[in-house]
Amino acid sequence: MNQGEAAACAAAEAVTTNEEEGGVTNAEAGGSGLDVLGATVHYGAGSRIDAGAAIADVSFAVARGEIVALLGPSGCGKSTLLRAVAGLEPLSAGSVRWNGEDLMGVPPHARGFGLMFQDAQLFPHMSVAKNVAYGLRWRRVDRAARDARVAELLGLVGLPGAGERAVTELSGGERQRVALARSLAPKPRLLMLDEPLSSLDRALRDRLAADLARLLRETGTTGILVTHDEGEADAIADRTLRMRAGRIAVP
Amino acid sequence: MERRDRLVASPWPGRIGWAVAAALPLGFLALFFAWPVLALMATGFTDGGRVTLDALGEVFAQSRTWRVIGQTFAQAVLGTALSVVLGVPAAFVLYRLEFRGRALLRGLATVPFVLPTVVVGVAFTALLGPGAPLEWLGLDQSLAAIVLALAFFNVTVVMRTVGGFWAQLDPRPEQAARMLGASPARVWRTVTLPTLTPAIASAAALVFLFCATSFGVVLVLGGRRFSNIETEIYRLTVQFLDLRSAAVLSLVQFAIVALVLVLSSRLRGRRERSVSLHYSGRATRRPGREHWVAIAVFATTTVLLHALPIATLVWRSLRAPDGSLSLVNYAHLVVPPDGSRLGSTVFEAVGLSLRMAVMAAAIAMVLGLLTAFVVSRRPRSQRLRRLIEVFDGFLMLPLGVSAVTLGFGLLLTMHRPLGIGFDLRTSVVLIPIAQALIALPLVVRTLVPVLRGIEPRLRDAAAMLGAPPLRVLSTVDFAMIRRPIGLALGFAFATSLGEFGATAFLVRPGAQTLPVMVADLIGRQGAEHYGMALAAAVVLGVLTAGVMMVAERWRGDAAGEL
Repeated sequence: MNQGEAAACAAAEAVTTNEEEGGVTNAEAGGSGLDVLGATVHYGAGSRIDAGAAIADVSFAVARGEIVALLGPSGCGKSTLLRAVAGLEPLSAGSVRWNGEDLMGVPPHARGFGLMFQDAQLFPHMSVAKNVAYGLRWRRVDRAARDARVAELLGLVGLPGAGERAVTELSGGERQRVALARSLAPKPRLLMLDEPLSSLDRALRDRLAADLARLLRETGTTGILVTHDEGEADAIADRTLRMRAGRIAVP
Repeated sequence: MERRDRLVASPWPGRIGWAVAAALPLGFLALFFAWPVLALMATGFTDGGRVTLDALGEVFAQSRTWRVIGQTFAQAVLGTALSVVLGVPAAFVLYRLEFRGRALLRGLATVPFVLPTVVVGVAFTALLGPGAPLEWLGLDQSLAAIVLALAFFNVTVVMRTVGGFWAQLDPRPEQAARMLGASPARVWRTVTLPTLTPAIASAAALVFLFCATSFGVVLVLGGRRFSNIETEIYRLTVQFLDLRSAAVLSLVQFAIVALVLVLSSRLRGRRERSVSLHYSGRATRRPGREHWVAIAVFATTTVLLHALPIATLVWRSLRAPDGSLSLVNYAHLVVPPDGSRLGSTVFEAVGLSLRMAVMAAAIAMVLGLLTAFVVSRRPRSQRLRRLIEVFDGFLMLPLGVSAVTLGFGLLLTMHRPLGIGFDLRTSVVLIPIAQALIALPLVVRTLVPVLRGIEPRLRDAAAMLGAPPLRVLSTVDFAMIRRPIGLALGFAFATSLGEFGATAFLVRPGAQTLPVMVADLIGRQGAEHYGMALAAAVVLGVLTAGVMMVAERWRGDAAGEL
């Protein structure tokens, strides 16, 4: 976190003392999708050195087919919130529900959610195609169907025929495209995107933001987009929630 | 809610899995390492069932004990000093300069470290001993010969440890010092050396440990005049059956090793803190005139210390007793000369050695993989992390306890393992077990840094794509350490093949391993036996070096601490 962001973070904390939740939960509305209720993650003293920011009593909902942006300065808990929804970070309090069903105790791999990392996190020991096919390996998909799906997705992200390339020789933009294809391949019921474009330069970011918005619409994906770029949030998401100092701020 | 029942996973299968993974190596070590070593210590301090410290007084009252301890320290200090003085320039040349053939030289430079101690011992006698080309130097059975042989192995250790650190060092502070008017010598003294000191100190601690517990070299080169604690333990048990004194000396050895280990782990902690500044730019340079000192030292080391003894060994192994060029020494390995009362031929010993080494490497690999997986985990609970550190430390113990102590302890206890009336000593199975114990720390130390280096979010990414925990382990962790596994396997195999200290206790007449055979032959009278010892040493050296050269191809950029 740079100094400016730290200052923004501290200022925001002062402002949002009387925060209230934006919107009704899906469960209350009888709809379907993701509900996060009072999610709290805190790190005790002496916990991991690389621990992210804590979050406190966060509640929000994402309806099916909707894309919600979480906007806020870095270090304010956006990524921690995503990891908590994914099940990678245990909640100290609160719950994460899908279609009203509590996901407590459901391990990350069984949630049917996808997560795309800021820095792609492609498997360096696999080719592009193997990376994209990875999420299909645990599903009963036959080889031909799997290959077809990989080719389809590589076409969709604008990298047709790149399947045999090594991921180590891809450019930054290409890596993010492959990571997106990999996340989309198993058709996750919820796709979380953690600053998917922030590691890229400006021009590439604008172009990919448009592509990303189109792709998510075309595939009808339910999504959470974490970003600190307002323009990116506007371009991709249906709705924007602002996060400050581990809480959802008043709209 | 049928779907939900299927989805909710109990944490127990995972916990039980990790517990089993930790329990297997722990149990193996407790049975075949901790128990024998402790039982050995106990014999020194009990007399007819009573606990007594008499032996301690008796052993320390002898002047010979103090002489042995003094010689051990003198050899280790001098060996360490020489290794550092020669190893640091080698590290500079091979990790900081860029020239054609560097990769080949780096590969070759690792060979000395894995050569069996008896091979090096025999090579140095072939160079300096009676009838040798350099006999006129008068270095046969001298402290200098032992120190040179110790440096032969350990220059590599210093080169590797310091070089690996040096290669990542940011060269810009040095450049800044130059721009402030410092001469190259002053830059070295005021900037480079202080930065390298933690790495050098940690390498020196490791080298000291290797030197102080060296067995084969001192046994072969020391003759009657020089010994160390290891060879003394061997002499006391094998020649005098004085188990009590041997046990006391084992304890002394253990104390020295523990002290050095504590010291080196302190130093390593400091080194890891300072290594965190990685420099990704170009740090290597083409050799220039200002590097001539380092280049000259490196060239001298390679030619005189490494190549000369080995070349002499090979050359003399090809001479018949009458001095003519011939393969008769090698022929004797298969068909022994008339009148030699060897229990088995050297050829048979090669076969036994290879079988033992395969078994040992397999055991070390299975236990090493389990250990490395457990040790590389970073659980959330602080108590669990602490437990893993203790586990890690316990599994490194075989690195510290001398091989002679281990072999002797196994001999003492394994007539009734766990109270079962089955004498394990009558079967050769104890040999691969002992060798696996000695190779285990090498395997673990090769794999752990690679596993720790795997970005944890790659595992998260795999889980988010639906991979269950075991699948994450096989498709991410296991898949990414395939090459280091090859390297570790080579290490384990080569170490087991050349293992001498523990194996010397466990072989039986008629079933000897190659290193034991070489030591046996060199101790016998007659030019024919000496020639056979040379030839057998060459065979052993070629086997281990060959295995390591193949395994080195699997060394990635990031593999291993050794």
